[in-house]
Amino acid sequence: MATVTYRQALRDTLRAEMLRDDNVLLMGEEIGLFEGSYKITEGLLKEFGPKRVRDTPIAEEGFVGAAIGAAMLGLRPVVEIMTINFSLLALDQIVNHAAKIYGMFGGQTSVPMVIRTPGGGGQQLGATHSQNVELFYSFIPGLKVVAPSTPAEASAMLKAAIRDDDPVLFLENLALYNTKGEIPDAIEDVEPAEIGRAGVTREGTDITLIGYSRMARVAGEVAEKLAAEGVSAEVVDLRSLRPLDRQTIVDSVRKTGCAVVAEDDWLTYGIGAEIAATIQEGAFDWLDAPVRRVAMAEVPLPYAKSLESAALPSAESLLTAVRDTLRATGRPVLENVS
Amino acid sequence: MAETAKAAPARGRSTRGAKAAGPKSAAPPPNGSVPVEDAETLVGYYRQMLLIRRFEERAARAYTEAKIGGYCHLNLGEEATVVGLMAALRPTDYLFTNYREHGYAIAKGIGADRVMAELYGRSTGVSKGWGGSMHLFDVETRLLGGYGIVGGQLPLATGAALAVSYKGGDEVVMCQMGDGTAAIGAFHESLNIAGLWDLPIVFVVINNGLGMGTTVENSSAEPELYKRGAAYRMESARVDGADVVAVRDAARTAVERARAESRPYLLEALSPRLKGHSVVDPARYRTKEEKEALKAADPLAKMALDLEEAGILSHDDRDRLDAEVTAEIDEAAAFADESPAPDISTLFDYTYATPVPGDLRRFPADPVFRS
Repeated sequence: MATVTYRQALRDTLRAEMLRDDNVLLMGEEIGLFEGSYKITEGLLKEFGPKRVRDTPIAEEGFVGAAIGAAMLGLRPVVEIMTINFSLLALDQIVNHAAKIYGMFGGQTSVPMVIRTPGGGGQQLGATHSQNVELFYSFIPGLKVVAPSTPAEASAMLKAAIRDDDPVLFLENLALYNTKGEIPDAIEDVEPAEIGRAGVTREGTDITLIGYSRMARVAGEVAEKLAAEGVSAEVVDLRSLRPLDRQTIVDSVRKTGCAVVAEDDWLTYGIGAEIAATIQEGAFDWLDAPVRRVAMAEVPLPYAKSLESAALPSAESLLTAVRDTLRATGRPVLENVS
Repeated sequence: MAETAKAAPARGRSTRGAKAAGPKSAAPPPNGSVPVEDAETLVGYYRQMLLIRRFEERAARAYTEAKIGGYCHLNLGEEATVVGLMAALRPTDYLFTNYREHGYAIAKGIGADRVMAELYGRSTGVSKGWGGSMHLFDVETRLLGGYGIVGGQLPLATGAALAVSYKGGDEVVMCQMGDGTAAIGAFHESLNIAGLWDLPIVFVVINNGLGMGTTVENSSAEPELYKRGAAYRMESARVDGADVVAVRDAARTAVERARAESRPYLLEALSPRLKGHSVVDPARYRTKEEKEALKAADPLAKMALDLEEAGILSHDDRDRLDAEVTAEIDEAAAFADESPAPDISTLFDYTYATPVPGDLRRFPADPVFRS
């Protein structure tokens, strides 16, 4: 096994998939000459040339739509949108076309493409550059939405996404790019993931923590801290927001009897709300306490560091929610965490 | 009969016709005669135009009988443009259209029966009943879709041309749209990318003078839409959409240039629609006089007269042709009527091409979780 950054895992996987299949091409803003705003495509223009690594105009609707059309004719474009905030300019193409083409034409053509795009606050980028709007895409039948949290997952999911015949939104988080993890020495040995499966990344018996992308990692850290206090937390990493693996969530909560959901977006109508509803439908009789949610403050994210930090969900806010939840269960485990 | 952006000096708004009648021919045929072309080809075009006319009339009727639901945008009055454009394409060339596409589907080679069945929402329809009037699609004839969002098809068609160019094929992509489309962002983004990347695509604006009820003068700062090609270093031309041969020839120039040089082209056809935006639109924004003028200028009737005057198609021949075409439409309607509705068990078949694990394929009423 090799230890690599999330960034390196993405780059190596893109390269491996381009070597494997000539129909894979990259399109996006600044991905060629500039080698990517976040350097995910570093070195790829030099290796594959401008036919397969295409710098696009800063015109998201146009180039995302062009990738969809190219996919209809059998290419497998991997599009980079510089940040998920800019994907809103391509919303019509993604929601009205990428998601619908397979269905509205009776299955005659599919759209095998990937849209890679990072999101997340914490960089002092202000209100329009710090959003996580994965909810918009997770709402839409016909799209697949994945949000891996580790280098190994990122590689396995990117392989699966590129080989999938449907449009896949591949969500990255700026805070994850420099995080490290183990992956097989040879990238060819990475098994493609099954899109739609959540992972139980840590087993436990007292409480279930559910997150995705950055918050799945934060949940892991919180579980560590809880273990030191004698609380056994189970961590579910959703990985895939659509399709959503409801069964894994429900199975875990039936085991632990309580849950906290952590998401890096706004609370109201958010992904945590969907998870809480899923638990209510599938594990109501097993619950010892109400499901709690931890999310971003419901404000346009401010620029000032003090305000921005206060708005973002953190290990501390998750830990507080866990303590409140455990207290509400009235179980003996309480003594360990007060 | 095409006016090209390069050859022709810029014309002022005076070239525009009366508002109601939409744009007039920029250059009518000399002496109003039939252009030089062999009789068989002309009769073939006339027959296709007539077939589309009778199809659309039947569709309008079926709509009022509630056999067709949703929206229904007809090609009435645009038949010469439709047939002329399709005559310029090879069977292997791709076509993207907007939602006003019944005629294109038929002229591209799809049977009227499968098109009618789609309008009826039947499983034998060209999109298996999933698309309806606005979303006809057929891999075999390479109609890559009718699209319901104004301009949504432009980026897609541009991408299809990218795929052709990537694979080194010699197919051309034609992308049809209405005049209202020239105002949206995707129009500019797509023409820019096509010009930038040297893509083999022909953008065709069907200028019927109206985006729903808004005149082109009220929605476009430059109502001579073909001139926008200059902004993307793209050759462009405007043609009289009432003249099937002129449309074909202008489209051939565009298509062959796209094929030979892998350069995009912008073609504008002036083609007033005879009726409202859709079947339910009574076109109250037009005066009675305007409606009468449109009827008098009907390109199908005019072609019939021209063919008769030229001794190519007698009145009797025309009646025979009409009876033949009407019978074909009767059969198409009967086929649609008798075809089964899609089976409910197929409801979840077309959400994902690569199957997903889990419960997504279930009906809402099914229990989701193992107990």
